[in-house]
Amino acid sequence: MAKKRLVLTFPPEVVERPVVSLMVKEYDVITNILRAEIHEGEIGRMLVELEGEGKKIKAGVEHLKVMGVQVEEAITDIELDEELCISCGACTAVCLPRALKVQAPDWELGLDKDRCILCGFCVDACPLQLIKVKF
Amino acid sequence: MAKTYQEINQRISRGEAVVLTAEEMTELVKSDGAKKAAARVDVVTTGTFGPMCSSGAFVNFGHSEPPIKMSKVWLNDVPVCADLAAVDVYIGATAMSDTEGMAYGGAHVIQDLIEGKRVKLRSTAYGTDCYPLREIETWVDKDTINQAYLFNPRNSYQNYACATNSSDRTIYTYMGVLLPNFGNATYCSAGQLSPLLNDPLYRTIGLGTRIFLGGAAGYVAWEGTQHKPTVERSPGGTPVGPAASLALIGDLKQMDSRFIRGARFHRYGVSLYVGVGIPIPILDEEMAAYTGVADADIVTSIFDYSQQSRSRDPLGRIDYERLRSGSIKIGEKKVPTAPLSSYKVARRIAQTLKAWITESKFALTEPLQPLPSEGTVLPLDVRTEEGI
Ligand code: SF4
Ligand code: SF4
Repeated sequence: MAKKRLVLTFPPEVVERPVVSLMVKEYDVITNILRAEIHEGEIGRMLVELEGEGKKIKAGVEHLKVMGVQVEEAITDIELDEELCISCGACTAVCLPRALKVQAPDWELGLDKDRCILCGFCVDACPLQLIKVKF
Repeated sequence: MAKTYQEINQRISRGEAVVLTAEEMTELVKSDGAKKAAARVDVVTTGTFGPMCSSGAFVNFGHSEPPIKMSKVWLNDVPVCADLAAVDVYIGATAMSDTEGMAYGGAHVIQDLIEGKRVKLRSTAYGTDCYPLREIETWVDKDTINQAYLFNPRNSYQNYACATNSSDRTIYTYMGVLLPNFGNATYCSAGQLSPLLNDPLYRTIGLGTRIFLGGAAGYVAWEGTQHKPTVERSPGGTPVGPAASLALIGDLKQMDSRFIRGARFHRYGVSLYVGVGIPIPILDEEMAAYTGVADADIVTSIFDYSQQSRSRDPLGRIDYERLRSGSIKIGEKKVPTAPLSSYKVARRIAQTLKAWITESKFALTEPLQPLPSEGTVLPLDVRTEEGI
């Protein structure tokens, strides 16, 4: 049995639920949704853990791609250099689950790792290049 | 009763001046009214810390032995403009490294110099009778460089756009990463703390105004490029989009990288976060009312950055209180918002400047000449020589 952690990005026109249940039914891959950020009519993202035979996972992932789902290898963690952070907020613009926030009253960047889906989008978005991924 | 610059400066030098940050002034004007606030307060300090691409630094390296008339110059592999006298250069903030691309650029060189780091200087020249040397490679830092001062042609924009993206792909802009289908909206102004939004009609900010620039004292040198005072305004006088701007000057050697920072916007390029704070003298009730402005009163326009045109139609208008709340509505859609300019550092700048003035370390200057209050921006059209 193999395990794989992936970040799935669903364009608004792809309905996410059937796609995932299909993986279970047709490819015999156990699909655990670890975190998800999905709202109707918007791009959605989820962190999933797939469990099953290596071959079947591969076939299932191929199928997801054909359906228009963007599939990326999940990172294991992000690292933020808080010392140098200027709390500009540029990284919060791409953080759909709002794990990164700058808000009143202190307007200081906060990172809530429990909300993070490990998509890694904040890495490119930080103008000071202070966020690094760990694979 | 009206006050003069001289009276305010006398109070500053005696350590008696009453100084508030723009945020504190907004509270005071709300509770006590502009008239009472004008009687109580001498100076209001403002602050902003955002990416300002139109920035850079003039450097004079001092002369080598034998001397060189530098014609091509690199600092840490970043090309800088050397089309001036022999050892004068201008480091443009947005210049990109020949070896690292946009991950490191002129803005980062400026930050490294401010932080006292060693920077590699490389130059080639054609050689002349008076400047025979044709090549030099050496190391410099801010203490070995003869002179270095920032001269930023366009900083401290009076208000800025709110950016969003209607297209179906992610776009990478100087307003950050904009997600498809109105996936987010970014904004870039310190709002009620921002210098030119507290003096919306430029009564006190003008040529020669002494300011906080990157952690040191600097000056307003000129109107900024694309200075555009003739615009639509809200009832309080603040413009509903980008309007005035300032050209600023200050000594790089005195600066502090907490208030000035190199940046790169992914797939866009390099920029410089510049910390600017301007003191505003509360000469009378009108200035108290202006500095009492709140985020809720300041409105900006929302633009679709997927439209690749110099004149985009605004999608709507929104005030900074809503932008700061974390989401806005565009049409029927709820769109999350994110700032690009640091409110936290803007606040620290206003507080630092307040401390300098309160401790009699910083006096105000009366502008030598006001900023132009009329005029607009000319576009660049492709035309023939006869067609001009
Ligand atoms: S990786 Fe970054 S952008 Fe993605 S959820 Fe985590 S904090 Fe947010
Ligand atoms: S974009 Fe970078 S510097 Fe800005 S708040 Fe996020 S981590 Fe801090």
